[in-house]
Amino acid sequence: MIWISKLGEITLSLLNRIGRMGLFLAKAFLCAITPPLKFSWIIKQIWFIGFQSTLVIFLTGAFSGMVLGLQGFHTLNRFGSTALLGPMVALSLIKELGPVLSALMVTGRAGSAMTAEIGIMRTTEQIDAMELMGLNPFRYLIVPKLIAGIIALPLLTAIFDVVGIFGGYFVGGKLLGVGEGTYFGEMANYVRIEDVLEGIYKSLSFGVIITWVCCYKGYSAGFGAEGVSKATTQAVVLSSVLVLFWDYIMTSLLF
Amino acid sequence: MIRIENIYKSFNGFEVLKGISFQVEKGEILALIGGSGNGKSVILKHIVGLMKPDQGHVFIDGKNIGHLKGNDLEEIRGRIGFLFQNGALFTSFTVYDNVAFPLREKTKSSEKEIRERVLKELDQVGLAGAENKYPAELSGGMIKRTAFARALVIKPEVMLFDEPTTGLDPIIAHTILDLIKSLHEHLGFTAIIVSHELSRVFQIAHRVAMLHEGRIWTVGTPEEILSSKDPVVRQFISGVTGGSLKLY
Repeated sequence: MIWISKLGEITLSLLNRIGRMGLFLAKAFLCAITPPLKFSWIIKQIWFIGFQSTLVIFLTGAFSGMVLGLQGFHTLNRFGSTALLGPMVALSLIKELGPVLSALMVTGRAGSAMTAEIGIMRTTEQIDAMELMGLNPFRYLIVPKLIAGIIALPLLTAIFDVVGIFGGYFVGGKLLGVGEGTYFGEMANYVRIEDVLEGIYKSLSFGVIITWVCCYKGYSAGFGAEGVSKATTQAVVLSSVLVLFWDYIMTSLLF
Repeated sequence: MIRIENIYKSFNGFEVLKGISFQVEKGEILALIGGSGNGKSVILKHIVGLMKPDQGHVFIDGKNIGHLKGNDLEEIRGRIGFLFQNGALFTSFTVYDNVAFPLREKTKSSEKEIRERVLKELDQVGLAGAENKYPAELSGGMIKRTAFARALVIKPEVMLFDEPTTGLDPIIAHTILDLIKSLHEHLGFTAIIVSHELSRVFQIAHRVAMLHEGRIWTVGTPEEILSSKDPVVRQFISGVTGGSLKLY
């Protein structure tokens, strides 16, 4: 009977945490759709989450595309279909790898920093100080990051996709001999606007997941340096897992 | 002005406050003393609504803080300045921006007016010329004074000081307490000071309340507390170990 009680305890605690996270997101969205919006804070976050992630996205996109070009060429060569390398690389990137890898890179680079920043503000009472000034910390700390995530992720994903496609072309076309016209021509034939939209929808939702989880973990960080470091680790792990889980749900149910 | 009625508060089953009641009149300075871990900071956080009591009520000008929400709570908080133990300065802002922040966000003042106000407050706390420094570049005393300037800039009716002298050398600690005294004389705010700097605090407070075992053990004027025959009070004031006071 003890294990049943333990199981109940764990379930209740899990539900409690999910409920708190849900309320946190609802409050963030409510603040995001009601004025005043802090535009300078939003721009700063777009700079931080978006612009400052472009190098890592560029590198990840280039190498992902190159690997896809290499692997795809050898696989398609077995079936005599190397002409379809362009669509294969493009569809893999646009529908799956672009949104997912961009999201994981942003989680590692910007998400962890978001959690640490908010966590430190929490433990050093900066958030309490803001509340005591009669200011809503959500408007200054959470909403700008949420909006910046929603704006930046699709743009970063687009950069990832384009760089990846050219990376695939560099390996498949320049090094392995697939013609430029074949590579890009077949891509234009096979890639539909729905595929592009699928990638955009995914990256939009990943933008919400990353900022939501990372901000929540920072906002509810425990005491001291240990509390912040624990929150940062949890934020990166949870948002990465949620990105992959949500990717599967969107792929299987919605498209 | 501030009335606290029978407050109880527990953390993880440990009862910190066990029925605290006292009140502070307008313009009065009350010093809250007691051993570390006795819940003095917890009381201050209840007064501004950062913590909710398990039982009991906090009233400011007759308004129950626990029942206020949204704009009403913001309005009350806008009348209270809070000096946190560690200053709670925004680390990514300069001294100037820290002090200007509440004005920029809560008033419609022009940048010129804000500049005048900020420089005046910084001058008042002896920080003229330090406006472009970041908190990481400041000494402990400068951090407290910046936080004090940030609290004063909204012209508060009530000031709550949570250990304003902790971690400072005796000279800086006295300077801070002297600053509180002179600004109180000048601005006339109501204040509660949590401090262990007993000798100096006793000189500036109108009344002293001692917290012990989760209750207000005694309240009185500094002279009454200093002449108290109560062994707990005597032990705390003299700082002798081994008596009935438990250390945490």
